[in-house]
Amino acid sequence: MAQTEKWIKSFEHFSRKITDEKSFLNELDSAIGDGDHGSNLTRGVAAVNEKLEQQSYDNLSDLFKDIGMVLVSKVGGASGPLYGSAFISMAKQSKESDDISSLLSSGLDGITKRGKAETGEKTMVDVWAPAVDALKDGTLDQSVIDSALESTKDMKATKGRASYLGDRSIGHIDPGAQSSAYFFESLLEAGVTDE
Amino acid sequence: MKKIINQPDQVVGDMLNGLAYAYDSLVRRVPDTTVIARTLDPSGKVGLVSGGGSGHEPSHAGFVGKGMLSVAVAGQVFTSPTPDQILEGIKAADEGQGVFLVIKNYTGDVMNFDMAKELAELEDIEVDSIVVDDDIAVEDSTFSAGRRGVAGTVFMHKILGAAAESGASLKEIKALAEQVNNNLYSIGLALSPATNPEVGKPGFELEDNEIEFGIGIHGEPGYSRENLKPSKELAEEFVSKLKKEANWSSRDKFAVMVNGMGATPLMEQFVFMNDIRALLDDGEDLDLVYRKVGDYMTAIDMAGVSLTLLKIEDDKWIDYLNAPVEVIGW
Repeated sequence: MAQTEKWIKSFEHFSRKITDEKSFLNELDSAIGDGDHGSNLTRGVAAVNEKLEQQSYDNLSDLFKDIGMVLVSKVGGASGPLYGSAFISMAKQSKESDDISSLLSSGLDGITKRGKAETGEKTMVDVWAPAVDALKDGTLDQSVIDSALESTKDMKATKGRASYLGDRSIGHIDPGAQSSAYFFESLLEAGVTDE
Repeated sequence: MKKIINQPDQVVGDMLNGLAYAYDSLVRRVPDTTVIARTLDPSGKVGLVSGGGSGHEPSHAGFVGKGMLSVAVAGQVFTSPTPDQILEGIKAADEGQGVFLVIKNYTGDVMNFDMAKELAELEDIEVDSIVVDDDIAVEDSTFSAGRRGVAGTVFMHKILGAAAESGASLKEIKALAEQVNNNLYSIGLALSPATNPEVGKPGFELEDNEIEFGIGIHGEPGYSRENLKPSKELAEEFVSKLKKEANWSSRDKFAVMVNGMGATPLMEQFVFMNDIRALLDDGEDLDLVYRKVGDYMTAIDMAGVSLTLLKIEDDKWIDYLNAPVEVIGW
C-alpha cells in the first residue's frame, strides 16, 4: 500500500477513536481544563473527513497540509493550533523524506514550537516525545504509548489551562496526551509504522 | 440543561445573526465568518480587533462600533476563534494604518491570534498586539500559563478605542496598551457554575452555601472555597487581595468596575458596589474617578461578580473612558 493510503487509513482510525471517545475526552478535560477537548477534536476530524472524501492525494505533503489547515481552522482552542502545526510541519518535512520517524519528529517540533512546552509539563508532548523516540529505535508499540500516557497522571501541569490547578492537576491523565495516544495507536493499526 | 437554544453546536452562528439583525445600524456580520464588524464608513485610522470564545456577551461583539472596537471575532463557546477567522477580522479592520489585536491571556487565544498575525503579515498588513493579563487570582510564575485576561479587558477596549478614534498611531496604541495592562487588576468569585451548551452540564460543582474566590471566566479554578458571606465581607476579601498588588496610597486615582458573571442580578451588583465604595472611597481614601457596574465580561450563566481596578497613570485615560461611543454593550 502506498504511504498516502496508509496515512489516510490511519487518520480514519484516529477520527473514529476521537468520535467514539468524545465524551471520555470531555470528561478528562473537565477534571483539569474546560471540558471540551472531545467536542472540539470531533468537530475537527469530521471536517477533515469531509475534505479527504472530496480530494485524492498522490503525495504526503498535500495530504498533511490539508489535514493541518482544516484542523487549525475547525478545532479552535489550543488543540487546533497544536495538532494543526504538527501536520503543517510534517507537510514541509515530507518534501525531504517520507521516513516515518523523521516525519513525526518534525511534527513534534511543530507542536513544541507553537506551544513552547517541554516534556514533563503534562501536555501532549509527553506522549509525542517518547513515541517519536521509540519510532527512531523501531520500538514503538502499544506498551510505549500506554506508559507514556500513564506517566502524565503523576505530573503537575505547568502549561495550558490545567496549570491554574497547580498540585490539584496531579492524579489526572492529560486529555491532550490521551488524544495523542489515539493518534499513535492509529498509526500502528494502519501499518504506517511498518517498513 | 435548560436553555433557549436550537442545536447546541449552532448557538454561536444563531447568536451572531440575531445580534447583527437587532443592531444593524451599528454592526454587520461579515458573510461566512464569525466576524462582527462596525458599519461605519472607513475612518483611515488604526483598526482595533478583539475576540475570544463566545459565552462572555456582551464581550466582544457588544463593544464594536464608533469609539471602541472595529471588529470582534467570535469563537465557539469558551473556545478561541481560529486563525482563519481572526485573519478575516484583521482584513475587515484594516484601513491601511495597521491593526491592533487585544488578546486575553489564555493558551488557546494566544496561539490562534499569533498564527493569525503571521498570516496577516504575509498579506502585508501591519499587526501589533497586547496580551491582557489582569487576573490577580493566578500567581504569575513560570509554573503556570500566567495571569488570565478577564474583565479588565473591557477597560482596555474602551481606552484603546478612544485613542484609535482620536487618531493615535499603531505604535502609540501599543505603548498605551502596555501601560494600561501594567496598571490593570481584576479578581472574581463564583456562587454557581456555568453550563456550556455544547457540554451540557456545569463546568464544576459548588455546594449550595459555597462560593469560590479567584474563579476564571470559563470556570477555571480559583484559590479558595468558602461558605457564602455577606457582600461586605466578600468585598473585603477582594480589596485586601487587590491592595497587595496595586500598592495604592491615599488619593490615588482609579477607575473601578463591578462586573456581573452572567446570572447575578444588577440588584446584587449594586449592593456589592456600595460595599466597594465604603472600603475604597471612605476607607482607603482612593479617588474613584470612573465607576461602572453591569454585565460586561460574563461566563454564560455563572453567578458571581468580579472587581476590576485600573490605576490612572495619565489623566488622559479618564477622558478616554468618558469619550462617547456608539456600541451595544458599554
